[in-house]
Amino acid sequence: MKRIYSVLVENRAGVLCKVAGLFWRRCFNIDSLTVGETEDPAVSNMIIVSTGEEHTLEQIEKQLNKKIDVIKINAFHETDSICRELLFVKVKYNRNNRKDIMENCEIMGAEIVDMNETLMTLQMCDTPDRIKTFILSLKGLGIVEVTRTGTLATAKL
Amino acid sequence: MNGAQSLVKCLEKEGVEKLFGYPGVAIVPFFDALKDSSVEEILIRQEQNAAHAAGGYARTTGKVGVCVATSGPGATNLITGIATAFADSIPLVCITGQVESHLLGNDVFQEADVSGACESFVKYSYIVRDPADIPRIVKEAFYIAGSGRKGPVLIDFPMDIQLAEAGKFSYPKEISMRTYKPTVRGNGKQIKNVCLQLSKAKKPILCVGGGVHLSGAEKEIRQFAERYQLPVVSTMMGIGVMPSDHPLYFGMVGNNGQSYGNRAMNEADLIMMVGARVADRSVSQPGLVMTGKVLIHIDVDPAEIGKITGATTPLVGDIRTIFKEIEKHEITTDTSAFLRKLTEYKTQAKQDKQIASRNNMRKRAPHTIDPAAFIHTLSNAMDKDAIITVDVGQNQMWACANFAVREGLFLTSGGFGSMGYALPAAMGAQIAEKDRQVVALCGDAGFQMTMMELGTIHQYKVPMKVVILQNHTLGLVYQYQKLRCEKRYTMTEMDDSPHFECIAQAYEMEYYHISEESEVNDVLREFLLDDHPAILVCDVDPEEMA
Repeated sequence: MKRIYSVLVENRAGVLCKVAGLFWRRCFNIDSLTVGETEDPAVSNMIIVSTGEEHTLEQIEKQLNKKIDVIKINAFHETDSICRELLFVKVKYNRNNRKDIMENCEIMGAEIVDMNETLMTLQMCDTPDRIKTFILSLKGLGIVEVTRTGTLATAKL
Repeated sequence: MNGAQSLVKCLEKEGVEKLFGYPGVAIVPFFDALKDSSVEEILIRQEQNAAHAAGGYARTTGKVGVCVATSGPGATNLITGIATAFADSIPLVCITGQVESHLLGNDVFQEADVSGACESFVKYSYIVRDPADIPRIVKEAFYIAGSGRKGPVLIDFPMDIQLAEAGKFSYPKEISMRTYKPTVRGNGKQIKNVCLQLSKAKKPILCVGGGVHLSGAEKEIRQFAERYQLPVVSTMMGIGVMPSDHPLYFGMVGNNGQSYGNRAMNEADLIMMVGARVADRSVSQPGLVMTGKVLIHIDVDPAEIGKITGATTPLVGDIRTIFKEIEKHEITTDTSAFLRKLTEYKTQAKQDKQIASRNNMRKRAPHTIDPAAFIHTLSNAMDKDAIITVDVGQNQMWACANFAVREGLFLTSGGFGSMGYALPAAMGAQIAEKDRQVVALCGDAGFQMTMMELGTIHQYKVPMKVVILQNHTLGLVYQYQKLRCEKRYTMTEMDDSPHFECIAQAYEMEYYHISEESEVNDVLREFLLDDHPAILVCDVDPEEMA
């Protein structure tokens, strides 16, 4: 089962380490983790995506709550949230595959944001599923490097 | 005022009277400032024991214990003691010296990332970056350590911050932490629910853990059990909540517990877990034990509820506060039939034990004594309110099953099982209460892990007693190898133990020795009446099982 945790924490040195350490020590999975400041610079929001049994997911929330630097936790299902991920892919292009790459970008709503004589950097901001699909569609087209932010999520209104 | 002076002043404000520590250059400014304060320092012989001693002190006084070490190796030596306190939720503030702030991360001499190393077994940790933060940090540290689910808090204190100007001293009156607000009062609806469930139960049982001691709720629990005639079992950490000979008490549960205690748990239809965390040694097969039962789980730490097994009725809060609330409700329950059955089990088990003990006597090697019977005799010979600290291993198993606690304290490292705990913990307890009788019970191996503290006992004239059960083996592992490794003993035979008599002599302690049953009563009496620190060695057959 997948669960998304939006964890508001004190924006202090070492907090990321404490939170990540908790997952490691208690053998909880982290599928992805993104951190950013909130409107209050003293508070950061960590978006943690984790998978596990219901019991484990409940423990994650309880154990996170015990951490003194954690202010508040919101846990929600994927279906109850708006999820986005940012992707950069560097691909090798040539006269033969250039058109295919551009078509793929058009179909999936990705953009070409940088290029030189041999490489293009594609950018896409979409749901984690569609990001995965897009990467798959480029598989035969010479991927050089994939950079993903991990899931950023917010609960649906 | 510099940072070190500020920290010392904070300790005074917190009412710290004694601390246990060991210096090194990186913490010298702190100890220098301590010289001008009302806080008394006890120089221990190895940092691990500073934490154990502070733990014994905390468990005796109910206050937060304080221990101090230097950076690097001093701090890393402290770690086992910190982890021990964490596992048993013992409130400590641990202060470590640290290299100068601008050198942090450069792998300089005696640098260790102690807050990183301890992260998973401290309740919280601080690295002091600004001397102006010291009063807030110390106020928070003591509050965090001693509230909610108690535990150790680490303050890492770089040398330059100790020496930096800290400005005008002002100690905060109040705590304002938006992220830490432990629940004290139990949810009213759940409390009613607990009473309702209890009224419905035919075979209810209370299983009490260390949380009851930590909350100071022993009296409330005893009264509650007596009022409704509820049978009580305990975990290792819950020993002493009920006097051992109480008719409603059915011993310790778990792997090493009493058979009748485990039977009582198995046959109950409602288990009320109070301040116990359903740990593997107490409930090795929670699925089996809990099936078909109502489980009421009362704990100050919400994460413990449902961690191992799902509770029917969870109740989060301070145990003492909760039981004061429960007291106001009326519960109707008739446990007489269940109690009769459990009492039969207890009587039968005790008879079986006597027979087994007689049979064992015949097999026992000459010039050795029965450790179980000895511990029982010891408990009766000790003062009613005496404190016993118990080490780890066979001695602990024998003590859990045979030491009769009356009004005293039974202190052991239940969660972490740190060998060598008993001696320094007893030292801390005796330093806390000079006039109370304090005995450390250890095996010969555990004793040798921390026996350097005899130096501290000697220096500060701590009038405590040490009982060593000597069997020249690492008894519990030896026993394990006997049963599970077909008697292939590796690393568990400790031949050529030192002459403990000479060691006692070296530290100017009195020495007693028992190797015959006939000597037990007389020697024990003399040993316990001795005003001096004393060591008693009892010879035990290595083949004796716990």
